[in-house]
Amino acid sequence: MITALIIVLVAVGSVVFHMMSPWWWTEIASNWGFIDTTIIITFWVTGVVYVAILLFVGYCIWKFRYKENRKVEYEPENHKLETWLTVLTSLGVIVMLAPGLIAWKQFITVPDDATEFEILGQQWQWNYRLPGKDGKLGKSDNRNITAENPFGVDSNDPNGKDDILIEADDLHLPIGKPVKLLLRSMDVLHNFYVPQFRGKMDIVPGMVTYFWFTPTRTGNFEVLCAELCGVGHHAMRGNVIVDDQANYDKWLGEQQTFAQTMAQYENGNKIGKTAGLASKPEPGDRAQKVSSQ
Amino acid sequence: MSDITQDDVGYVAPAENAEQDLYHPKSWITKYVFCQDAKVIAIQYASTAIAIGLVALVLSWLMRLQLGFPDSFSFIEPADYYQFITAHGMIMVVYLLTALFLGGFGNYMIPLMVGARDMAFPYVNMVSYWVYLTAVLVLIASFFVPGGPTGAGWTLYPPQAILSGTPGSDGGIILMLVSLALFIVGFTMGGLNYVVTVLQSRTRGMTLMRMPLTIWGIFTATVLALLAFPALFVGAIMMLLDRILGTSFFMPSIVELGEHLSYSGGSPILFQHLFWFFGHPEVYIVALPAFGIVSDLIAVHSRRHIFGYRMMVWAIVIIGALSFVVWAHHMYVSGMNPYFGFFFATTTLIIAIPTALKVYNWTLTLWKGNIRLNTPMLFAIGFIVTFLNGGITGLFLGNVAIDVPLSDTMFVVAHFHMVMGVAPMLVVFGAIYHWYPLITGKMYSEALGKFHFWVTFLGAYLIYFPMHYLGFVGVPRRYFELGDTQIFTESVGQLNAFISIMTFIVGFAQIVFFYNMFRSYIVGKKSEMNPWGAASLEWMTPEMPPGHGNWGKSLPLVYRWAYDYGVPGARDDFIPQNMAPKDVPMEKKARKSTRKRKS
Repeated sequence: MITALIIVLVAVGSVVFHMMSPWWWTEIASNWGFIDTTIIITFWVTGVVYVAILLFVGYCIWKFRYKENRKVEYEPENHKLETWLTVLTSLGVIVMLAPGLIAWKQFITVPDDATEFEILGQQWQWNYRLPGKDGKLGKSDNRNITAENPFGVDSNDPNGKDDILIEADDLHLPIGKPVKLLLRSMDVLHNFYVPQFRGKMDIVPGMVTYFWFTPTRTGNFEVLCAELCGVGHHAMRGNVIVDDQANYDKWLGEQQTFAQTMAQYENGNKIGKTAGLASKPEPGDRAQKVSSQ
Repeated sequence: MSDITQDDVGYVAPAENAEQDLYHPKSWITKYVFCQDAKVIAIQYASTAIAIGLVALVLSWLMRLQLGFPDSFSFIEPADYYQFITAHGMIMVVYLLTALFLGGFGNYMIPLMVGARDMAFPYVNMVSYWVYLTAVLVLIASFFVPGGPTGAGWTLYPPQAILSGTPGSDGGIILMLVSLALFIVGFTMGGLNYVVTVLQSRTRGMTLMRMPLTIWGIFTATVLALLAFPALFVGAIMMLLDRILGTSFFMPSIVELGEHLSYSGGSPILFQHLFWFFGHPEVYIVALPAFGIVSDLIAVHSRRHIFGYRMMVWAIVIIGALSFVVWAHHMYVSGMNPYFGFFFATTTLIIAIPTALKVYNWTLTLWKGNIRLNTPMLFAIGFIVTFLNGGITGLFLGNVAIDVPLSDTMFVVAHFHMVMGVAPMLVVFGAIYHWYPLITGKMYSEALGKFHFWVTFLGAYLIYFPMHYLGFVGVPRRYFELGDTQIFTESVGQLNAFISIMTFIVGFAQIVFFYNMFRSYIVGKKSEMNPWGAASLEWMTPEMPPGHGNWGKSLPLVYRWAYDYGVPGARDDFIPQNMAPKDVPMEKKARKSTRKRKS
């Protein structure tokens, strides 16, 4: 009796918890509302099944509790029932899978008018490269990286000269325009994750990965690294600030291009941060630095 | 199910192995240490697995201390934390669950349940354990090398696993990889044994479709493991070469803190494919034996046959086969070709169908049964609840678009703990209680067993059910601390603290389990033969616990499937597998043939 009651309580309690939970997703700030919808559909389908099965189990262990002379039913198979259950389960799967695949199709189909932004991950900071006036990012390669050229931009590629470089600082994005994030890593795996955007993709050294979205509200959104990248993983944070067009243009005008930073190096007065190319600290020091943050 | 009876065929007694005496243990060492009896090897495997599992339990406490109370324990540094999560995950998945289900239950149950005297290759079986023990010792040794054990996460993704930004990249990662390679070598010896024994050493009448589902689960899981572990083995060797010899299998050109490394041209994603080609079947290597065992627990204690036996068998086989074509659902956001997502999401959700049918059949077994709610049965019911819960959240993560926001968050952590941590562990406990009288000859304390169940089941549910919701908020996994972040409100911290407290309660409750086991072994009352009234063969040995060679003078003959409970017309509520139809005691009034009713 008590066991049956507790099983029923687990079912009811889970539903109540779900409805009362203060822990729920953040207000969305991108066009990926359809992903949220797919989650809701999945919640309904699976929630109904979960509660139904638990209530059935609870009922059985109460109704058929042990009695000395109870006759049990001997029916090893019931093809009709098994077929029905298979068909119903398959239908449930289709109801969940179809919107999932549609959402995925949208997720991987980048609109033609999306602006490309490059995100360069490194242990443990975020760097960004924006195409300049020509709208094109120059070629880049980790093998080109030097103290003067921290993004490894190919200096022979004319498209790269006007690229805008942002090292370990905030990224600004204009509202309402689709952006395609090109993801590059200098060292290990990272993952560019902003909970409010719902999007996420690993950053893999040796290749360029991508995902796209359209920011739908202005504000300051925190970037979290979502792929274990060493001892400073949890401290690899950043900010994405979604601006209206006027503020975005103002910010953009204040940034330096690749050609400008190279020129500054040639003049010998370097401004800005570097990745600390001169000396390589011990891992222990880095761990300490991270933990004291 | 029992259409063919032994009586219809002229029976010639199998030639008994006269040389059997040759390998009977002669001394204490050959009886308890370098022993070739599968039952002793099973105990050795299980004890070692549980011992190293306790280390993993303590590690989980340490990480929960940090997560629940981030500013209170200054002795836990980020590097320590990442080492704790890595060792915890690796131990639980490989060294505890795989070894316990296959090395422990496989060794004990296969020969007894199929009616064999021992494993097909007892000597190789013994070596298998000692190689496994060596693998465990190498793993432990990695805690004591400079730099400590690896902190690369249990997935050991390169490049970070072998670079200096990750703790334990000196000796720790090397010992980890060596230990894995050793484990796989040891497992292969044992695994071949299990497969050959099931296929070749079944007693007369034990057809494949009469085997208990426990054996089907263990057998299929072993086949999966034999096919899946080589991928991990290869991955481990290749990473060792990258780390020690400087090859570039998984290593592209990298600038680590401003320094150009000498690697170039390798693919980090290649490792992920190798890892998950092992890693996904690994989930079923743990789950299938649990499926099988729990089916038997439910049938025995519901006093009813398992519902839809043939479908249960085929579901196990189909799930096993499908588990090899779903691996990249762990990699939806890994940067692999995004079009793979369509294929792997579809296969992943298809696998839900046979799995759901298994859940239905377990619950339908309860229907019109005669349910004894003793400790093993409670654990089996706990398994249904937690497995159903974990399976359902798998439908979220397997559905590629939903995985995008949820992957690498606490939702994933909650999901896989529920489905392959809590659920299989509840089966492990249920199975230990269920077979405790067989293995020790004593009866455990039912009161302590029930207490242990309720604290473990409800506690674990309270730990992992709310944890999913942290994932919805966006809390990433593998974070040493959440720090000051606007989206992680105070309530996130409070929930983390609650979860941490629950882990201590559940962890300490396991003391009750060990106390019950040890105390009952010493002062527990002697168990009668076949105390549960089970029909399967392992309870039919002439002595309990079974001696070396299991069956005394002659092997048992099998006349029926393992689930003849509540057969209409029979006097008792079960008929042992080795009882000839003519010997079945019938009810006085209706003396009908049992065979007709059953077809």
